[in-house]
Amino acid sequence: MPIATTFLQAESVSREYRLGETIIRAVDAVSLTVEKGEFIALLGSSGSGKSTLLSMMAGLDRPTSGAIRVQEHNLAELAADDLARYRRETVGMVFQSFNLLPRMTLEENVELPLRLAEVHRQERASRVGEALERVGLGARRKHRPSELSGGEQQRGALARALVNRPAILFADEPTGNLDSVNGEQILLLLREIQDSLGMTIIMVTHERPLAEKFANRIALLSDGRLVSNGAHH
Amino acid sequence: MKTRDLSELAVRNLREAVLRNSLTTLGVAVGVASLVAMLSLGVGLQTLASQRLTRSGLFDAVFVTSQRNFRGSGRPPSTESAPKKDSRPLDEDARQQLSKLSNVTEVYPQIRFVTGVRYAGKSESTAVLGLPDSSRSSGAFEGMTGAFFSSPTAEEAILQIEFAKTLSDQPASLVGKELTLHYAERSALPKNASDEDILDSMMASGTPGGISIVPREKNLRIVGVIESDPSAGIGGFGGARVYLPLKTAEQLHVAQPDDLQAFLSGNSAKPSYMALTVRVHSPKDVPQVEAAIKQLGFATFSLLDATKSLRLVFTVFDLFLGLFGSLALTVASLGIINTLVMAILERRREIGILKALGATDRDVGSLFFAEAGVMGLFGGFFGVALGWLIGSALTWGTTIYLHRQNLPGVKISYVPWWLALSAIGFAIIVSLVAGLYPAVRAARLNPIDALRYE
Repeated sequence: MPIATTFLQAESVSREYRLGETIIRAVDAVSLTVEKGEFIALLGSSGSGKSTLLSMMAGLDRPTSGAIRVQEHNLAELAADDLARYRRETVGMVFQSFNLLPRMTLEENVELPLRLAEVHRQERASRVGEALERVGLGARRKHRPSELSGGEQQRGALARALVNRPAILFADEPTGNLDSVNGEQILLLLREIQDSLGMTIIMVTHERPLAEKFANRIALLSDGRLVSNGAHH
Repeated sequence: MKTRDLSELAVRNLREAVLRNSLTTLGVAVGVASLVAMLSLGVGLQTLASQRLTRSGLFDAVFVTSQRNFRGSGRPPSTESAPKKDSRPLDEDARQQLSKLSNVTEVYPQIRFVTGVRYAGKSESTAVLGLPDSSRSSGAFEGMTGAFFSSPTAEEAILQIEFAKTLSDQPASLVGKELTLHYAERSALPKNASDEDILDSMMASGTPGGISIVPREKNLRIVGVIESDPSAGIGGFGGARVYLPLKTAEQLHVAQPDDLQAFLSGNSAKPSYMALTVRVHSPKDVPQVEAAIKQLGFATFSLLDATKSLRLVFTVFDLFLGLFGSLALTVASLGIINTLVMAILERRREIGILKALGATDRDVGSLFFAEAGVMGLFGGFFGVALGWLIGSALTWGTTIYLHRQNLPGVKISYVPWWLALSAIGFAIIVSLVAGLYPAVRAARLNPIDALRYE
């Protein structure tokens, strides 16, 4: 059995929002360790703080207190440009609403992270092709998002998340806008990517059956607190 | 993000909202066009005035008179220019000396006299002026009926139209016809003069020689009829109605008003000139040549100060035209700000996605900045073209109007390359400044808030 290596560690992470005089604590002192190559599901009801926690771990938001350590770096202390580089080079993201740019073709959407990372033009075409082939959309590269089904759009978003060969993939309710068949296909694809690339995956979902079926571990959140750190499947 | 990728994305984004962005770009283009049209008008009029004045020979010339008979040019005589006892006569020796000065291209006398003219039985009295061959290129003879003198010594005449009208109801029909000049020739007194007393008295007074005035006639072929007065411009020198080649006029040896003065002062043996015109290579040589001539003991006058005033007037004129033109561009820049701020609202989610994918604040800001720059570039380019068209239309309209007034057409609008490039550059700068606020606002968007935006 391989020795587990910690990839990401959240240490007593809190996130507060101020609404007028009221302070809302969306995430309350959550500590969580994510091993390299692990597929972890953050499970919780709406408003439990799972998406906020995911955003902080993905470098889109900063904790009010606590630390999130990824490869010796505390994301809470990184400068804005370094945090952008972390999102660009280390992280891949998939959203519930796909978030493909409607004005671009699928191919151009997938190429976008490569443009931001200033990857050489000649290399881009092969990497875009490779990512689209992996998600089974090689033939739809010239199509715009509006010409694709929900499942295809989410697979396209997954190709875009993978094209920069990230070390960790964050998926925020990736099946939220899909029917059960397409939802299962996406999670099968995530599992396959985890197995073949050894990628660490953190997925936010509120569907316990799917989480139990595909994730290695389930972390349960409620009212911003980590209720259960879960056991490995 | 690399500049090329940034530009591609910017152009792509602009293409997506093609109508709104085209209208904004058109606003910039109209602003630039008004700026270019205004300034091209200023530059065109300045160029036209400079060309005309330079070609008129007024600004590359020094007018020289003897300090004995300095008549001034509207200026009160100073003590410096007041007649001096030992001042030099403006004779042939002086002309030769002046022509040898550096940067001097031509020295010629002013031959101007009043005489009688006879044509088809009509007799008129008018002023005649000798024109140097260099005045052929002055531009004053453009649009003239007929042609300039065939040679510097041709026995030909050009008539001013008002005078030509006194000779014929159809002035243009005079070209090719002959007229006769009646004039008084100044000649040396013959040695076998019958009036020995006069001679004796001259010898007794120490003034050898003398002059005689002999009536003469000269037939000249009319080669042209001109509407303007090519001799106009300097007070006292204009007003002639018949023009001859200068050398032809010189060979007539017409008696001049100062011949009597020369005779009385004892210098009648060597004919002197009332005034000489010294032409120099370029207007910038005028001060140096003028100083050198003064050193030789002659009085001078040039219109250099007038050119300085002219430049000042045109600089102020250009400044005002530029300011009015810039106002339109300022209004256009508000259009850019409005378009880009609207774009931020519409593309809030896109900004969030870009940031989630790893775009820095700078990448996002640069994208909006580049979009403003691209609008400025296209607006500038089309604006220059539009401005040029407006200027051409003005020139076209003016030319038609002038032709209807029987005047030659002029190019009143001129877009030099520096104006075109500056206008495009200015449009880009104004657009970038206008894009600064939207760009900063877009860059500062929180990715989480932007992604939540529907």
